[in-house]
Parts: sequence; structure tokens; C-alpha cells
Amino acid sequence: MTNVVKRFPGVVALGGVDLDVQPGEVHCLLGQNGAGKSTLIKVLAGVHEPNEGTIEWAGEPVTLHHPQAAMDLGVATMYQELDLVEGLSVAENIFLGHEPTRFGFSQRTAARREAAALLARLGHPEISPSVEVGTLSAASCQIVSMARALSRDAQLIVMDEPSAVLDAGEVKQLFRVIAEVTGQGVAVVYISHRLEEIREIGDRVTVLKDGKTVATGLDAKTTPTQELIRLMTGRSIEYVFPPKPEVVVDAEPVLRVEGLARAGEFASVTFDVRPGEVVGLAGLVGSGRSEVVETIFGARKATSGTVSVGGKAVRGGSVAAAVAAGIGLCPEERKSQALVLGASLASNITLATLPRFSHGGLLDGSAEVEAAEELLESLDVRPRGVHRESRTLSGGNQQKVVLARWLLRGCKVLLLDEPTRGVDVGARSEIYALIRRLTDEGVAVVVVSSEIPEVLGLSNRVLVLADRTVRHEGPADELDEHAVLDIILKGDAA
Amino acid sequence: MSADVTKVDQAGEPVGGAASGTTPPTPSGPPVGGAASRREGGIAGFLNGPVGRNAGLVLALVLLVIVGIITAGDRFASPENALTILRLGSVIGVVSVGMTFVISGGGIDLSVGAIVALSSVWATTVATQTMAANYHWIVMVIAALVVGAVCGLVNGVLIAYGRMAPFIATLAMLAAARGLAEIIAKRRTQIIRDRGFIEFFGGSVLGIPVLVIMFAIVAVVGWVLLNRTTFGRRTLAIGGNPEAARLAGIRVQRQTMYLYILLGVACGIAAVMIMARTTTGTSTHGTLYELDAIAAVVIGGTLLSGGRGTIVGTVLGVLIFTTLTNVFTLNNLDTSTQAVAKGAIIVAAVLLQQRVSRTRSG
Repeated sequence: MTNVVKRFPGVVALGGVDLDVQPGEVHCLLGQNGAGKSTLIKVLAGVHEPNEGTIEWAGEPVTLHHPQAAMDLGVATMYQELDLVEGLSVAENIFLGHEPTRFGFSQRTAARREAAALLARLGHPEISPSVEVGTLSAASCQIVSMARALSRDAQLIVMDEPSAVLDAGEVKQLFRVIAEVTGQGVAVVYISHRLEEIREIGDRVTVLKDGKTVATGLDAKTTPTQELIRLMTGRSIEYVFPPKPEVVVDAEPVLRVEGLARAGEFASVTFDVRPGEVVGLAGLVGSGRSEVVETIFGARKATSGTVSVGGKAVRGGSVAAAVAAGIGLCPEERKSQALVLGASLASNITLATLPRFSHGGLLDGSAEVEAAEELLESLDVRPRGVHRESRTLSGGNQQKVVLARWLLRGCKVLLLDEPTRGVDVGARSEIYALIRRLTDEGVAVVVVSSEIPEVLGLSNRVLVLADRTVRHEGPADELDEHAVLDIILKGDAA
Repeated sequence: MSADVTKVDQAGEPVGGAASGTTPPTPSGPPVGGAASRREGGIAGFLNGPVGRNAGLVLALVLLVIVGIITAGDRFASPENALTILRLGSVIGVVSVGMTFVISGGGIDLSVGAIVALSSVWATTVATQTMAANYHWIVMVIAALVVGAVCGLVNGVLIAYGRMAPFIATLAMLAAARGLAEIIAKRRTQIIRDRGFIEFFGGSVLGIPVLVIMFAIVAVVGWVLLNRTTFGRRTLAIGGNPEAARLAGIRVQRQTMYLYILLGVACGIAAVMIMARTTTGTSTHGTLYELDAIAAVVIGGTLLSGGRGTIVGTVLGVLIFTTLTNVFTLNNLDTSTQAVAKGAIIVAAVLLQQRVSRTRSG
């Protein structure tokens, strides 16, 4: 594929990507979160149609306007979130959409027999084709997903972080399978954050950054690690961060998190945030960072540990208690977690503050609209209009609406999970400035972001998370993007 | 009424023009995008608006009235018949107003008919009636309301805290409540002997039946509650996006439970009304009310998936169905034909609603 461009409203997800994959090779895609890997995969899988650029298959230009078109060509995709139907059997999942049939009846015995053969070929004869997928382990699901790809006679299998859910032994097994299929001429596009895996099975590497190819066809075995990290970092767009807030060193912390842990998600996290301070949580997707802030906010119940605000313990596992204590959260998934999309901007803004506008339960509609209008104006939300449905706004403006909700409430602690995801450049700077304004007012802020420069640029102190534990804590000034990536990647390698 | 009709006509004017303009996609200059989106907004936009949607319902009602006048003449177009329609619709209307809350909040309740039956039976047992005779008929009313509220509480707890699917939990309540009603009544119809009760609820104030007044009060209170209170706002929020509501600090489980209790109380009120109308309490009261109520709510424009609710729409939906029944009855058409017509109306309304949600997401 050459010069592929994919634009979404408000953001350019891919801004010119080149990638060529040879038969029988393992081609690794490397890039930070948000570099465009997932979008690229979806373009390959026919989920998104590119706005520009060409895709060639065996020398012929093709258009993939539907996932079925990609499958017909021989492209199979194993997504990060496995797309298996839990209630169906292994065999039914493998042949979903192309069941062997005779006279319109599905040939269940034939399907089971072929499924068993595929699983045996993958070295997993112990997985029974008739067992329900919901009962299988993550690793077995991965194998089933792979069998499905093979059942379609795929010539190109795209694997999005297949090793993320596997342990060392299972990864070995996966690699054996990959080696086998590539030996038969099947090409594999392999995505992983673990450099040592890329060294082990990769043939060539393509590095993506900010939706562009920065290097392609590098030798996976010999390219130095430093070189790869250098290519992944160093942003082409430099955002301007406001100067960092001055923090009174000996001030009493507003937020104190002690030994907070959640079984299977993250282990003992301890830190505090002083008034007007920004603490950043850096880490890759799946490192446990979102889980940490959601647990502080009471949206998840901690297995152990405490959260206190202003010296008072906050009852765990209750969002209402956290909000009452003065904590606010702008969650990671704006659309599914933060906004009532079909409701007006005004009612989204006042959602956390309803009692303030009510007299004995009766809402004072005009006071509500007035407050919302004032906030929309001061945050420069466009297009304005308090009665507009929140779904009609762009990402950046939606984020401002979510921020407005907590500004209206007046929080002591504000947790921001990916505050600038899907937000365009202009709105980004405005959100940065807003965070600064809040710290000037003495609000304690916790920022989570996949973008390391953002975490470093906003925070006074940074916690680096990898493999669900805190790997490093220290002043942001003493770290740079390289160092953080080093901590993360080396941590993963352990 | 006539004012509404004119409004429809006036608004219908540009709609027609826009529709005819859509046929050839005119590739003309810069304002194409704007014109196109405005054209999009033409019919759909008008019908999508709160006024437009209700105007559609009013239009449907007006059509029904015209059909009624043509086919049944003075028998239909009399003040007495108008009150008959309202009286007929009032019981299911009260249930439907309650149902609007549950559906706006992202739930569903199939047990309303059974709760009405159980409340009516409980309020008319020998024990309750004896107590009523000794004190006041208000005892029967309180019994009906408490039974309704408790059934709603059970539904709400199972759904909100037991994390059962509303469909299943209320299906269980449907079976259990109706069964319990049969056990208590021993499958017999319990006659209400208290004259005071029947005279009060069966009477009229200034010529308007008390039942109709009760429906009106419930509808007005429901409208205020849904549109003008924190309770209503929270209801729409948990129906629209429960996760966002939770992360904004709203106690989603508690609010969900309240909604089912509210509907249970509405069923209790409906039970009192049906007792007054029939002077009996029996386990067969309220049969298929769940379907009638859900149908009225849905054609009224409340989203079955939650997040948007309209009491005015629900009231209009109830009136449409009741008027339909009345017109059919006056023309001596059987209930089977009525059922077919009802089915057609529901399909038409849902198709319209789908178009609405498509335009919204598109």
C-alpha cells in the first residue's frame, strides 16, 4: 500500500502510510499509541476506506470497501479484542460466515472435523471443536482466532498485539505457529510493543509515527534498539505546553493514594498530589493506568489500599462518594463513558451538579441554561448553543463539555484520562491552558495519557506504569520521552 | 385542536417544497452543502422536532376523529362519547405515564397488568373491605397503592441490585403477581360493597368523570416530574448512557429502582380506577395492559432504548388507541379487526422512530 491517508472528522488518523509485505515474511509494525497502527489495520481489513492512496494486492490495485472484500482477497485480521462469539462452539466460531453447507444445511460434522484438523496443525489438538468459546482461556481463544484465519485460506494475517494476553510459554507456541504458516508462504503483519519479540520472529520492521511511515523495510534483527526508539519518538508536531505550575513543596497533599491495588489490574500504587500540582501517569494501553484513575474515582472497587482527599478517607467503590469528596473524572472514552450523546449540552454540563439547580427537586431550567452558556463561552465551545445535542460536536469540543461539567462542580481533584485523544491541535492547546488555569486555582490534577510528551509536558511529577505496576516515579524534568519508553520497554522485556 | 391543525398545514408547506427539490441533486455552487443539509432537515427535521413529532400524533388523532364522524356521525361526535373515550383511556393512561419513566430510563416492565390485578384483588378482599367499612374507604386505596409499590420495589431491586434483565425480572413478576392474585381471590370476582368508594371514584366533578381528572393529574405530575425535576433529568441520563451517568456521580441503581417503584404506584392508582369502573376486584383485571402501555409509550415517541421520553406523546398515544377502539366499537367491528389496526399503527410508528434515530446518528 502506498501513501494511504485516512481522515476522520477533526483528525487525520493516517497521513500517508507506505507498507509492503512479501509472501512468507513477518512484517512488524512499530509505533506508539495513537501512531495510527489500529487505523492502518482497519484499512487493511476493509473496515475503513482510505481517503487517499492505493492498495495493491499481488500487483493489482484493489479497493477494500467492506470487511468481506478483504477476506475474499485473503486478508485475515486478528484484532486485539478478540472477535469471537462466546456462546458458540470452537468449530462454529472458526467457520463463522463460511460454514460448510450442503443443500443449505450446515455440515456440523464436517465443520468439527476440519476444525480439529486446523487446531492440530496449530499444535493444539487438545482444544475440542465442540466446546464453547466462552469457557476457553485467552491463549486458547487466540489459537481459535488463528485457526479461523487459516480456515479462510488467508494469504495475509494481521495480528494486533497477539502476545499481550499470553504468558511466555504461550508466546513460544504462537511463534512456532507463525513460523509454520510463514513457511507455507503466508505473510504476517505483527504488531507488538515488545521489542524482543520483534527481534525473535520479525523479518522487517515498519515504524509509524503520528499517522505517517517514518521508516519501512528495516531489518528486524539488526536495527539497533536506540534507532527504533528514536524513530518512534520525536514528534513532528510540537505542542506548546503552558509553563508548569509552581508547587509549594511542603503543602499538605490534596489527594493521597496509598497502596491502591486491584487484583489482576494493577498492584500497589502509592502517590500524592498537592494543591496546584499535576501528576502524570505514563504507560502503554493495558498498563493499568486507566484502571488506576477509575479506581481512585470509585468506579472500580479497590482490592486493597485507600484514597483520601484533604486528609479524609473516601469510601471506596462509590462514584457518588468520590464526587462528594471533590473528585472529578474525565474518562478515557468520551462517548461511551462521559456524555449522554442524545442529550443537550446544558444537561450534560449540569449532570454532576443537578442539586444546585433544584428547589425541592424542581429544576430551575433558566439558571441551568445560564450557567451552561457561561461555561460554553469561557471554554469557547463551538458551535455554541446549549440546546444542541452533544453528539453533534467534534472531539475537542465534546471534551470541553466534559471538563465544563467538573468546572461547574468545582473539584479539588481532577482526574483526566486521555484528555486530548481525538482532539485536534487547536483544542489541545486550549485544554492544556485550561489545566493550567485549574492548577492556578489550587486544583490537584492527575493526567493519564498514551502520549509521553504530553504527560511530560503537563506534569510536575510522573509515574511510569508498565505491566500493571509502577516502574518509576520522579520529577518530569528529569525524564524525556526516550527515558520513559526505555523504562516501559525494558520493563516489558523483563 | 383547530389551531394545531393549521400549524401542521403551515409547516407542511415548505416540507412539500423541499421534498420536490430533493429529486434532482442540483450541483449548483457553494451553498450546496447547506442546502442539502437543510433539505435533509426538511421532512425528517420537522417530524424530529418535539413539536413535529407531537404534531404527527395530533394529525393521526384528527384523522381518526374524522373517520369516526364520517362512519358513526352523532353517536361519535357527542360530548358524552368524548368523555367515554377519555374514561376508557384513563386507566391504561395512568399505567402508560408510569411506563414512560421506566422506558426512558432504559428499562421495560411486562408486569404492569398483573400488578394492577393483584392490587385490585388485595384491595377488595373481605379483610380489607371490612377494615374499610370500619374506618373509611381510603383503606382500600392505600392497600392498592402499597401493593403496587411493593411489587415495583421487588422489580426494581431485582433489576438494579440483582442485575437481572428487566425483561426477565418483570416477566417473572407478571407470572407471580397474577398467580398470587388468583390465589387470594380464589378465582372469584370480589364485589366492592362500599358505596362511598364507588360514588367518589365513579362520580363526576363539573361534569368531568373523576377517573378522567385522575388521569389528567397523573399526566401533569408525570410531565413536571420528567421535564422539570432532577428526578426526570437523572432518569433520562441513565436511560441515555448509564455509564456516563454513573461517572457523573448519579446513583444509577437507586434511580433505576425508583423508576420501577413509581410505575408500581401508577399500577396501584390504575387498580383503584379499574375497581371504581367495574365495582369489582379480580385477578383478570389489567390483562395485556403491558402491551397496550408499551405500545402507547412507543408510538408516543419515547425511545424504547431509553434516553428520551415524552409524556405528551404517551397521552396522545393512549388517546389514539382508545379512539380507535371507540370508532371500531361504534361501527360494530370486532376486536380482532381492532387488533390488526393497532398492530399496523405500532409498525408505522416504530418505522418512523427508526428513521428519526438514523437521521440523528447520520
